[in-house]
Amino acid sequence: MAEKRVYSAPGDEIEAKHPVLVGRYRGITRLNHWVTAACMIVLLISGFSFFHPSLFWMTGLFGGGQTTRWLHPIVGLVLVASFLMLFVQMWKLNLPRREDVEWSLKIGDMLKGDEDKLPELGKYNAGQKFVFWGMSALIAVLVTTGIMIWEEYFPHIVSIPVRRIAVAVHALAALGAILIFIVHVYAAIWTRGTIRAMTRGSVTGGWAFRHHRKWLRELAGRQRPDTSK
Amino acid sequence: MSERAPEPVTAAANPPIQPLPSNLLASDVIRASATAELPAPERQLTQVAKLIDVSKCIGCKACQSACIEWNDTHPDVEENVGVYENPHDLTPDMFTLMRFTEYENPKTNELEWLIRKDGCMHCADPGCLKACPAPGAIVQYSNGIVDFISDNCIGCGYCVTGCPFNIPRVSKTAHVSKKCTLCSDRVAVGQGPACAKACPTKAISFGTKESMIELAEERVEDLKSRGYDNAGLYDPQGVGGTHVMYVLHHADQPSLYAGLPDDPQISPVVRGWKGPAKTVGLAVAGLAAAGALLHGLFARANEVTPHDDEEAENLVDGAGHRGREA
Repeated sequence: MAEKRVYSAPGDEIEAKHPVLVGRYRGITRLNHWVTAACMIVLLISGFSFFHPSLFWMTGLFGGGQTTRWLHPIVGLVLVASFLMLFVQMWKLNLPRREDVEWSLKIGDMLKGDEDKLPELGKYNAGQKFVFWGMSALIAVLVTTGIMIWEEYFPHIVSIPVRRIAVAVHALAALGAILIFIVHVYAAIWTRGTIRAMTRGSVTGGWAFRHHRKWLRELAGRQRPDTSK
Repeated sequence: MSERAPEPVTAAANPPIQPLPSNLLASDVIRASATAELPAPERQLTQVAKLIDVSKCIGCKACQSACIEWNDTHPDVEENVGVYENPHDLTPDMFTLMRFTEYENPKTNELEWLIRKDGCMHCADPGCLKACPAPGAIVQYSNGIVDFISDNCIGCGYCVTGCPFNIPRVSKTAHVSKKCTLCSDRVAVGQGPACAKACPTKAISFGTKESMIELAEERVEDLKSRGYDNAGLYDPQGVGGTHVMYVLHHADQPSLYAGLPDDPQISPVVRGWKGPAKTVGLAVAGLAAAGALLHGLFARANEVTPHDDEEAENLVDGAGHRGREA
């Protein structure tokens, strides 16, 4: 039978050969991702409107300050649930591997376009892993501190001095999450051919060969014997 | 009707009975939450203050009743759990609360019953106003009154986080924050606060801040002559002074009085969060987004080459052949 998966997730497979198309994310994973993304965007906009007075007008997008205050933590919980499902699907392939160190040290070559000088990678590179673990940690911090400052349902869960720290940490963690969000979106756009992995679910063979060769190799080796010829 | 109400200088006298237009105007607001620039006020109102002489208080709670009456609030009837406080704490419907402390004075070996009327202190530097994210939900008038404008309040509870005295309470039904207004609506028409008017022992006085400090000095002198060597005025400078002040017999230990803060000030955490963090945070996020946009527009993208596609086909085909042979 097919060899054990090391670099790929269940569902990843070669979908077509001429030209090569590689399945990267199943439909359910993509749905999961976009629910998370939508929550993130709502949270960023509503959170920013509380973060700085000059942005308070954005509460109008949700029907005013009161509604925004009510909505923000609820959407936060939806995001946590949704992200948790993504986490379960992705954590294993995001564990650090030896090649990540070399890749990180040579990240300049990648930015210059000399990706050939970098080691071959599995499904995720060190940058993607940084985004994954960074977001996981920050979301954990955000939900913890968020509950501490959730006036409507948990007004007395922590003392006021703790609440002061929680509200400041919440703002800082949110800022961190925004920076990672920017890196994530930017990398997906700058690395052409990436976004279709989350829209159509597949990437081209060239994309897989260029960026995630070990992943492609493993999937190529796992193909069922070709019966079409 | 053209003449505005006079600024009140006492709660003791009866107010004018003819209807007079409010003398507390929107233009008298000198600070508003989440609002950077306010038009310069046209006039400076006389600074007012409430002086609570703890040594005169008999704990009758008339001030609480007057407060409920005037503000038309309806505190819940609670269970008696064997304490003097009623209700158990400040609530969105109880803006002021007598707090009782039984203190055994180690010097005299006497039991002292310390009763303090708790409520908003109307800080000159209000932590609630600093913390509030909703423009105009908390305002400060030039006479020193700090007021919550419920129409602008979003009920987030940041004022609770900002207040050094643990005063604001957010309503579970209206979802707005509530606290003592220093009877701004009475002061606006020349009257003193309801609690001061109701107090049977004149433990609560109201007037200009200056006259209240003078009155406090008299009282402190009197208390000192009666053996309270540490009597003094509580007008904490850590929050820029307050417009509700206490005369305390033990001014060296304010915390004896049901945890009145010894040296209240806006927490440095709140200052950091509401100060540099805002500007720097916004700048960092903005720069990162702008940087990404510029790099995206002007830098060469990371594109897949035809060579990559070829290699992929070879790899997939090659592996396929191997798979068949195996």
